[in-house]
Amino acid sequence: MNDVRHTRLIQRYTPGERANHWIVAIAFVLLALSGLALFHPYFYPLTGLFGGGTWTRILHPWIGVFMFLLFLVLAIRMARHNAINRADRQWLRQFGDVINKREDRVPEVGKYNAGQKILYFALILLMIGLLLTGLVMWREYFASFFGLWLIQLASVLHAIFAFLIICAIIVHIYAGIWVKGSLRSMTRGTVTPGWAWKHHRAWFRQVRGMPSRK
Amino acid sequence: MALQSLDIKRRSATTTPMPSERDVVMGGGVAKLIDTTKCIGCKACQVACMEWNDVRDEIGTNVGVYDNPMDLTENSWTLMRFAEYENDAGDLEWLIRKDGCMHCEDPGCLKACPSPGAIVQYNNGIVDFHQENCIGCGYCITGCPFDIPRISKKDNKAYKCTLCSDRVAVGQEPACVKTCPTGAIVFGTKEDMIKHADDRIVDLKSRGFDNAGLYDPAGVGGTHVMYVLHHADQPGLYSDLPKDPTISPMVSLWKGIAKPLGVAAMALTALAGFFHYIRVGPNEVTDEDERRADEESQRQSQEATHE
Repeated sequence: MNDVRHTRLIQRYTPGERANHWIVAIAFVLLALSGLALFHPYFYPLTGLFGGGTWTRILHPWIGVFMFLLFLVLAIRMARHNAINRADRQWLRQFGDVINKREDRVPEVGKYNAGQKILYFALILLMIGLLLTGLVMWREYFASFFGLWLIQLASVLHAIFAFLIICAIIVHIYAGIWVKGSLRSMTRGTVTPGWAWKHHRAWFRQVRGMPSRK
Repeated sequence: MALQSLDIKRRSATTTPMPSERDVVMGGGVAKLIDTTKCIGCKACQVACMEWNDVRDEIGTNVGVYDNPMDLTENSWTLMRFAEYENDAGDLEWLIRKDGCMHCEDPGCLKACPSPGAIVQYNNGIVDFHQENCIGCGYCITGCPFDIPRISKKDNKAYKCTLCSDRVAVGQEPACVKTCPTGAIVFGTKEDMIKHADDRIVDLKSRGFDNAGLYDPAGVGGTHVMYVLHHADQPGLYSDLPKDPTISPMVSLWKGIAKPLGVAAMALTALAGFFHYIRVGPNEVTDEDERRADEESQRQSQEATHE
């Protein structure tokens, strides 16, 4: 019986994709904690997690560069499933139905729905923005190459981008908590057929080798 | 340069009030008045600063100008800047300005600093860096309207003029004031220094410097280092002294409203998720969903075998 249940499952993420995702996720959490510590005095005690204020200042940009590179790999892996199409616009128009669990009324979704695709592109833009502004602010190696005005602009933009990306990731994490059966796709790599059929029907049919129905 | 004998008025990255019951500061705090019209460019102040503070800069190379070193560094906290200005009459004026921390009443460095207690402002107005709390991020440089702080390449800490807070604490004037041979640098209460400057300005005007005036820029709340300028209408003549310095609006945004707004945005996003879950409940896959998924799969495999 257990075997039967097991073979029913649909592979959503390979071990490589899962490892890549979680490396980025861990780096993100470290960056958010160290970045908030340097941003607001209320969060300054978080520097203790990194060995003090000076270590937080030293580590934050290196973790940032590391996350950017691994995110880039992940983004390339996911790119072909994230093209925006006409059904995505309709999905967004019916966002009210989505969040009120009336998913049966919205167009069938491929591997990713419109919300996930927007997150994908938002993360790419924010990661690039954070990398560029972060390099300008990086006093030890780069800030001396830039004028004061640009460093000031980079500093305020870095903070704004950081809050946007933290909010985006909160939404991402919540979606994983809310839509039951999603988390296992990133921890164990598989989802149940019912999950795929309910949330990503076009992808389900594609995986099952069926012609896609519009 | 921690000095417990001086009361602290403001402290970086600190959101609660400093101990403020004691209020013994008279005359608007202390101030150093630098009279550019009396300065002869001897650099004795630079030497006195090095001597008192035990800082030694690297020996540079002569590039054909009097400025030496060429810029402020972590070891050169004050510096004579020499500007050659040809006035309307076609005469050369040698405008020499002793550059260094202006000790703003509203310090941009302190506003920008993320490390609690790395930058403090004493009740007497002196802005001081406590290097033992400095984390080396360089935000003080980003926040400063006068481009003063410098990060050491040796220890990654920020350094600048302390206004000899250690000397002032025991009733002495800063080392540069003590050594100035022409009396171009004087030190006292801010009120007294403004009075002294007023006398100087009257004298300068009588000598034909109609635009002589005091440099005490209001945009940073006034400064505890002030200049008497022959051309107060054109401070830019003095090696780019800013005309109306303020804390940059971008720094004010970054270190002001962005903080509560950003934290609120994060908290509200998380709360929105929480209450959505509480109101709508989890989005679960039912047995019916699983059954219909299997149905479709079977239909598909049957069609595949028929073909």
